[in-house]
Amino acid sequence: MKGKEGKGKGFGILVTFCAMFLFWLLLSGIFDAFHVIAGIICSAIVALISHDLLVKGKGEKMLSKSFRFFIYIWWELWQIVLANFDVAYRVLHPKMPIDPRIIEFDTSLRSDFALVTLANSITLTPGTITILVEPEKGKFWVHAIAKKPADALLVDKTMQSKVTDVFMEW
Amino acid sequence: MVIIDVIVTLFLAAGIFFMFTGVIGLLRFPDFYTRLHATGKCDTLGEVLIIVGLLLDHIYYYVYLLPEAPLSVKLVPVKLIFLIVFIFLANPTATHAIMKAAYKTGVKPWKLGEERR
Repeated sequence: MKGKEGKGKGFGILVTFCAMFLFWLLLSGIFDAFHVIAGIICSAIVALISHDLLVKGKGEKMLSKSFRFFIYIWWELWQIVLANFDVAYRVLHPKMPIDPRIIEFDTSLRSDFALVTLANSITLTPGTITILVEPEKGKFWVHAIAKKPADALLVDKTMQSKVTDVFMEW
Repeated sequence: MVIIDVIVTLFLAAGIFFMFTGVIGLLRFPDFYTRLHATGKCDTLGEVLIIVGLLLDHIYYYVYLLPEAPLSVKLVPVKLIFLIVFIFLANPTATHAIMKAAYKTGVKPWKLGEERR
């Protein structure tokens, strides 16, 4: 058991080191010996200190989750464009068709990353902003600018089902 | 080339349009929460569109027209892409943080039919 944990930790450090070093190379763009060696030393220090921030110990189904997340991002980008047109319409319309309300709903999500994804997605999509999240119960308080975006979260629940599919936390 | 200039200008103009609607919303909307709706969302897409415009411009000039430019100059688009990713992460989080602070300190949300504040 202990050996397995040690192996997981080494793997975490390695992944963090590779990510940090790649980041260094892309940002510096200078490939002489001094800069590359300085990059190796700095990424090693960062990886040793903070590897547990990037790679959490339990990595079950990481690959399929990242794949689903990648597909989800494209849907989310389209929603952001819609959100901006929605806000632009409400701002520029002479009568300002807004009817703000606060709604709350429960989800089956529990892990940090899933909660953050849903909260940020709600904030980015048309007419809704997350106010509060209660991680223990998976409960969300959301400020909606009109009835239609509120119903999209309360009745249709498209976004919740998409995020629960991505993180497989039904 | 004229075409790439037109595309870049269109991206910049669209970005400025969304930033502009954000400002108008900030001035027109009735209370704190609805104003955050305007600024928090329009900023995200406005900034990203402006950065995409700069990205295309940079790729065209330093990768296509000036291939002898040093690698560190050619890698500037990568930095711009990182900027887009961080804006997408940081902007909704900051909006949510301001919203939560307002809610916890007891700012009352505006209801339809009330006076604007």
